[in-house]
Formats: sequence, structure tokens, C-alpha cells
Amino acid sequence: MSASLASVSYLGAAILFILCLGGLSNQETARRGNFYGVLGMTIAVLATVFGPRVAAAGLPWIIGAMVVGGAVGLYLARVVKMTQMPELVAFMHSLVGLAACLVGFASYIDTSIAYTGAEKAIHEIEIYVGILIGAVTFSGSVVAFGKLSGKIGGKPLLLPGRHLINLFGLLVVLYYGYAFLQVDSISAGMVPLMVMTVISLFFGVHMVMAIGGADMPVVVSMLNSYSGWAAAATGFMLSNDLLIVTGALVGSSGAILSYIMCNAMNRNFISVIAGGFGSDGGAPKAAASGAVQPAGEVTPVSSVETAELLREAKSVIIVPGYGMAVAQAQHTVFEITSHLRAKGVNVRFAIHPVAGRMPGHMNVLLAEAKVPYDIVMEMDEINDDFPDTDVVMVIGANDIVNPAAQEDPASPIAGMPVLEVWKAKTSIVMKRSMASGYAGVDNPLFYKDNNRMLFGDAKKMLDEVLVALKA
Amino acid sequence: MSLLIGVPREVFAGEKRVATVPEVVEKLIKLGFRVVVETGAGAAANCDDDTYRAVGAEIAERAAKLWASADIVFKVRAPSDEEVASMREGCTLISFIWPAQNPELMQKLAARKVTVLAMDALPRQLSRAQKMDALTSQAGVAGYRAVIEAANAFGRFFNGQITAAGKVPPAKVFIAGAGVAGLAAIGAAAGLGAVVRANDTRAEVADQVKSLGGEFVKVDYEEEGSGGGGYAKVMSEGFQQAQREMYAREAKQADIIITTALIPGKPAPKLITAEMVQSMKPGSVIVDMAAEQGGNCELTVPGEAVVRHGVTIVGYTDLVSRLAKQSSTLYATNLFRLTEELCKTKDGKIDVNFEDDAIRGLTVIKDGEITWPAPAPKLPAVAAKPAAAPVPVAKKAHGHGEPSGPMAAKTMAIIFGVAAVLFWLIGAYAPAAFLGHFTVFVLACFIGYMVVWNVKPALHTPLMSVTNAVSSIIAIGALVQIAPPEAGSIVRPDEVIRWFALGAIVLATINMFGGFAVTQRMLEMFRK
Repeated sequence: MSASLASVSYLGAAILFILCLGGLSNQETARRGNFYGVLGMTIAVLATVFGPRVAAAGLPWIIGAMVVGGAVGLYLARVVKMTQMPELVAFMHSLVGLAACLVGFASYIDTSIAYTGAEKAIHEIEIYVGILIGAVTFSGSVVAFGKLSGKIGGKPLLLPGRHLINLFGLLVVLYYGYAFLQVDSISAGMVPLMVMTVISLFFGVHMVMAIGGADMPVVVSMLNSYSGWAAAATGFMLSNDLLIVTGALVGSSGAILSYIMCNAMNRNFISVIAGGFGSDGGAPKAAASGAVQPAGEVTPVSSVETAELLREAKSVIIVPGYGMAVAQAQHTVFEITSHLRAKGVNVRFAIHPVAGRMPGHMNVLLAEAKVPYDIVMEMDEINDDFPDTDVVMVIGANDIVNPAAQEDPASPIAGMPVLEVWKAKTSIVMKRSMASGYAGVDNPLFYKDNNRMLFGDAKKMLDEVLVALKA
Repeated sequence: MSLLIGVPREVFAGEKRVATVPEVVEKLIKLGFRVVVETGAGAAANCDDDTYRAVGAEIAERAAKLWASADIVFKVRAPSDEEVASMREGCTLISFIWPAQNPELMQKLAARKVTVLAMDALPRQLSRAQKMDALTSQAGVAGYRAVIEAANAFGRFFNGQITAAGKVPPAKVFIAGAGVAGLAAIGAAAGLGAVVRANDTRAEVADQVKSLGGEFVKVDYEEEGSGGGGYAKVMSEGFQQAQREMYAREAKQADIIITTALIPGKPAPKLITAEMVQSMKPGSVIVDMAAEQGGNCELTVPGEAVVRHGVTIVGYTDLVSRLAKQSSTLYATNLFRLTEELCKTKDGKIDVNFEDDAIRGLTVIKDGEITWPAPAPKLPAVAAKPAAAPVPVAKKAHGHGEPSGPMAAKTMAIIFGVAAVLFWLIGAYAPAAFLGHFTVFVLACFIGYMVVWNVKPALHTPLMSVTNAVSSIIAIGALVQIAPPEAGSIVRPDEVIRWFALGAIVLATINMFGGFAVTQRMLEMFRK
């Protein structure tokens, strides 16, 4: 294949990737979008392998590596449970980060193309930056994976003077970057490169460790963005436009997703990155001192009474949260939904933008349980309908239905848009206990007159509700 | 001092409704208001003075006293000239007004230097305003009552029965116009067991008709009849011809016809001609709900029930009043919801906030100044998308896909300045080859931004997993390193690079295959 043909193939692949992302913005076109992505990737890989920059001697190696990687990838995609999607995505980001590091190092020790002057400097900066981003993505994603899969605790780890530590790390990275540009042999350059890599790895770990569980959706999409920037940096390093285009696409789309997430929580992007939920009021104790303690008593109900309430309702809104994912209750939720719908009850779902641990997490779970997506509403679509709703079922969600966000200016989550479930005639909150949510804020909703608490594991309780409904 | 809400007796002849009922008085008092009701105001709607007293309302013996003391007056019908004359300067009137039809009344009210909220001027396309939509609540009552009137005048059962005394066929009901009243009529008639067919120029209501147990009859002519704001518009001549034929067909079959077709600000369209009435079976019934605007049937006599060609034509204009308790309760609740919006602080004071689209639309006169018609509220068009409620948060979250407002000029200038400096630096020092890549990079960033900005939140996870899969394009970087053709001529640590590159390929391929496969798996699950 000639160089021009390879270039044109790259162009085609780039267009297909754009169509792929564009297609994913709508359910009707989403499947075609994914197909475009697969097609684009196939073209890109084939054009490279049979292109002018790969000699025939490399083919066996390439095929071997791709078969191994492909088999592992397909296996993972097949066995993953939908509730584990956030972990899987974080894990895959770490792979891209690591791959970017490896390519960066390989490119540095590769002397087959000699650069001089400004070109050399730029090439070295590109390598340096590429490895930097790759390393941060890698270690950050590994920690995010640990947190999401529960291997590392969800509480933010706040080292004393963490901003100073980050600043110091940045200065060291800058200094070694300067040193890296001054050296003239590859072996001498390895020292600054290695130091920078270690600092970057630490930086990634530190950054994600400091972020609270409730902010994980932002982190996951931010790491997604980083993995794109890593690919773009590699593209600069290797003078490959396809890598640049694709990396930039992924990077900017990830950045936008993070921005949308932050907006949904009414939080500043910088403060999420800086870590901790509400950098200075993160601990429940500190919050309580400034915030008004909710007064009143909680009213527990049994699953039979819940079924009773649902049976008499005309319209029901279900608000799922992370608790539903943990308990794997989405299928029971769907059975209850279809049972009620068959009786003419208007059942809808209200999805808060940051419910769950990943953007869109709840939608995926409900889709898995075959809930039709046209009864799954966004917060803005449904928030006005709560006053006309008879029963709201909150399943394992807490902060996203906390009225303190609107009523109590001293609350750490003040100003965060929330689902106004307390305006419904009755709300039923399913929870394992009275423990506070990730934000560590007590929830005045539980103490409202029209609220009922159904304590217990969401799956078990919902099964009981379903049995009572059918009785 | 909390404000006093006055509820006078309706003076319009035959009007049996009252603007508030005891259940609602209680809630108003909870909001911090005081309530005074004219004696006998609720008598026709089965609410006597004692019940009002029991829930904490005062009873005023004379209307004049009430008008002189009340800060806010709740009424059903637009005020009569005497009532306008007895209004106190600075007070607030909430009632039906119909400003377009009553320009003189508007002038008189404005001259009294009062504030007037017209329940009929509510921007109905705001979903948040639905709870205050008195037109809808009253139309629903009227639709129900129309069926009851029809059943009263009709000599047979509505539902089909098979009895020892023989088989009874179900009544066939045809309903023209599936607005709120029409839909209520469909529900009521279907509930009685009739076979219900309905037509509307707006094709999108077909599903609503079906959901209430009716069958939707289409006109064989392609034209979209939605005129915005939930009303129909005047249709073309060709359409009307096809529509007439359809009505003629339906009239022959139907036992009962209920017509509800109204076009705002125009006389009601004549849908049922004298010949169609003639073609109906003797004993059939027509209930013309548009009688007040001239009627949908040529033979309607407004306010009366008449028999023409053996068909009873009911043209009552007071269907709502004939169900006074129900309509009063609903109207009172509408007013209460509005009062809640006006009194967010729950301290018995009201704030006519023009920032609020719903209240802006309702307010036709503010402190003696005519503010009608209000500017159209934002976003009416596409499928009557509900506007976001003004939640009391410091900063409103950005809606996805909505165009964001223009940035402040200062921020804009700073961003442009920084960008200009950066671009100048790059242009001054970077080599040409780099610039080419840089151009591609910046443009691709913008494409990513444009493409992703409109993504539906439901698809965030698949989008992330597909972008993740796409980012495994980094495999290309490793592929070109593994065995470049020029290797051999130049010294190069081949082995090390190969292992690095191989590692990168394996990692990237896991991601590539896994990412696309899992995205596919997820997308398979999304279904309507």
C-alpha cells in the first residue's frame, strides 16, 4: 500500500470516528455509531499494518499481539456485569495510559529518525508530555478502578498540604523537563524521564485518592478525556495525524462530559479535581456544626404497606441510585414497573445526572432490565411533575434527593440541583440504614411528614413488594 | 399584617360556582392569609356559610363591605360594572377576564388602579402552569357534564347488554374535537359503556383518544392542524371538504354527537349542518359545547335544548355550573396553586413577579397599567417542551444541548487575548511540520466539542465506553514502531522497542475489542 493510500485511509477512519461519536448522541443512531467506530478502527489498523511504515517482518508479532489482546478484550466485555461498567471503563482507561507510556519510551529510544534544532526540542517535549499524560492516566485509572470496585475505600484521602505537594511535584516535573531538553544522549535523558514518570504516577494516584465517591462520575469521564489527550500527544510524537485527530476527539468529548457532570452537581471543575467533597466541609462533623440538624421522626413502613401505597397510586416516579446498582435490583424494579403499568398506573423513572458512579450509569442498568427508555426521564424533564405524583420510590439514592441542597444554605451540598421528591404526595425511601450518603450530609427528607422509610436490602425489599403487589 | 382574600357571591345570572371552597380556605389560611366570604356565596355549590366559618373564614353580610376591605379578590366570572365600581384602589383581582373579548372592561379595571390576574391568560404550554390551568379544569367538568346531559336526553342504555328481554346494542358516540373537554367526554362516555369515536384536526391527539378508550377517526387529507398553545387553527378549504364528508358519514351512524370545536378569538366552526342532523336516527342527541360561541351545529339554540328533525340538540352554555360543587372545588384548587406561586414566602403576602413566565402571562393589569398581552414565553414550539421550574438555587445547571447564553464580554476578551498570545508564540517558534499537526489538533478538538455537546444523558455511559474504545487508536503508534522498513540501515535498539511496542499493542487491543464489544452489548439493551 502506498503512502498516499494509507493517508487517505486515515482520513476515512477519522471521518468514521467523528460519525461514530455523533451517532452516539441519540438512541436511534447509537448502534450505527458504534459500527462506524469499529469500521474506522479496522481501516486504521489495516492501513497501518499494510502501509509503508511497517515491514513484513513485523507481521507475525503484530498478529500474535492482537490475537492475545482481542481475546482478552472480548472475554472481558462478555463477562462484565452491567453494574460493573464503571470499573471496566476505568480499567480500560488505565490500559490506554500504560500503552501511551510504552509508546513514548519506545519512541524516545528510537533513533531511526534524527531531528535537529527546534524540531528536536519539540519532539522531545512531545515525548515528555505524552509520557506524563499517559502515566497520570494510568495510575489515576488504576486507583479509580480500585475505588469503584470497592478494593479501595471511597472516602477521600486528604493528605495535609496536598495542594503544596502537587505544586512541588509540578515544579520538579518542569525542572526535569528543562533538564531533559539539555541532555544530548539517550542514556542521560533517561534519568529525568524516569523521575518525571514516577512523579506523574504519584500525581495520578494522589489526585484520584483525594476525590470523594460522589464525584466519581466526573473522575471517570475526566480520565476518559486524559486517555484521549495521551493518544493525541503520541500522535504529535510520531507525526501521525490520525492519532492526533482521534485523540483530540476523545479528549475534548471527555472534557465536555466532565463539564456537563460538574454542572449537574453545581460544582466547579477545579474544585472537583482539587479533591474532597467541598474542600473544607467534607467531614460530616464539620457540616453538622454549620448546618441545621433536621428535626422530627422517621416513619418506617413495611413492604406490604409499600405495595398498598403503590397499588392505590395513579402516578409513580421511581428514583434509582447507586444502592439499586449495588443490590442488583434493576430486574425486580422492572417487574414492579410492568406490573403497575399493566394496571394503568403511570410509572416513570427520574434520573439525576450524577446518580450512580458513572455518567449515565442508571440508564444502562434500566436498559439492561428492559425498561423502555421513553419512560426514563432526565431531572429537568420530570422535576416539575413531582407535585402531581402520588408515590415516589427512592431506591438507594440519598444526596440527589436531599432537600437541604435547596433549603439550607449552610449545607455542603447547597445549590446542587436535586430531584424534588418531597413535593410528591408520598415518598418512600429504600435504604439499608439511616447512614448518610457519600457527601456525609444528613438528609432532612427522611424526617418529612409525607416520607416513609423502607429499611433493608433494596433487592430483598423490592422482591417482597412485588410479591405483595401480585397477591 | 397578612393580606385579606375576599370571595364575593357570583352575580352573573345562572352562575352557581364559587371561587373558593372550605377545603381550600384552610390551605389559604395555612399560607398566612385571612379569608372573607360573602354570605351565601357557596350556597349553589353546596358550601354553606357555616362550613366556611368552621374552617376559619369570616362571613361578610354585604358585598360592598367585602369589596371595600379585601386586598385580593377571588372570582369566577369577570366582574360586572357595579363590582368594578366598588373595587378598592391597589387591590388584586384574580378571575376569568377574557381581555381580548372585553376591551372595555380592561379599560375600566385599569382606571381603578388595580392589579388583575386573568386565569384565562395563563401560558398553558408551561407544564409548570398546569396546576393553575383553570380553563383545563373547567373544560374537563364541562366535557363530563355534556355526556351526562346526552345520556339524560337519550332514550337508551349507553352500554350494550344481552338480557332475557333481548339484546341491547351499545350507544355510538361521536366526539368532535379532542381537547380537554373532548377528552373528558370520551372518558366519561367510554366509562358508561358506549362505543366512542372521536376526531380532531390535530393528529397528535390520536394517542390520547385511544388511551381513554376511544377510537380516533382520521380525515383523509394531509395537513397539520396544531396552532400552538394547545389550540387548533383554521384549516384549508380542501381539508374542510374532506372533513365535512367524514362528519356526514359519522352523523349517519352515531346515536350521540358531542361537539367541542373552538378556535380562539373566532366564532365556532359549523361542523354539523342541517342535512347531517336530518340524516341522524330519530331519538339521537347532539350536545353542542361550543353553543356560547355560536355553536358547531347549524341548528343549535344557545342556552336551550331543542328538538329538530327528531334529534335533541342540547345547547346549554352553563354545563360547568351544572356541576357547581365539582367545578368550584377544582377552580378553587387552581387559585390556591396560583396563590402558592405568588406567595413563595408563605407569610400571607403576594409578589407579582414578572420574572416568572407563568405569572407574567397571567397578569393583564398591574397597578392600573395594562400589561396584556404578555410576551410569548420561551420555548413554546417543539412538542410543548416544559420550561424548567425556577428552583431557588444559586446557579442554574446548564441544560444539555441548550445553546448557552453569550459569555460576558470581558471573559470573552480575556480568552481571545490569551489565545492570541499562545498562537503567536507557536507561530513564531514552531517549525512548519508541527504547525500542520497543530492545526489538525485544534480543529479536531472543536469537532469533538460540537459532536458531543448534544448527547443525551442516557447515552453517557455508551459514549464513554465508545470513546474509550476509540482511544485505543494509540495502537497505531505502537504498530509503526514495531518494524519500520528503514531499520537496519540505522542503529536502533530493535529488541527493546519491539517489546515495548508489543506490550502497547496488546494493551490497546484489549481496549479496542473490549470497548467496542461492551458498547455494542449496552446499546443492544436500549429499546423503546
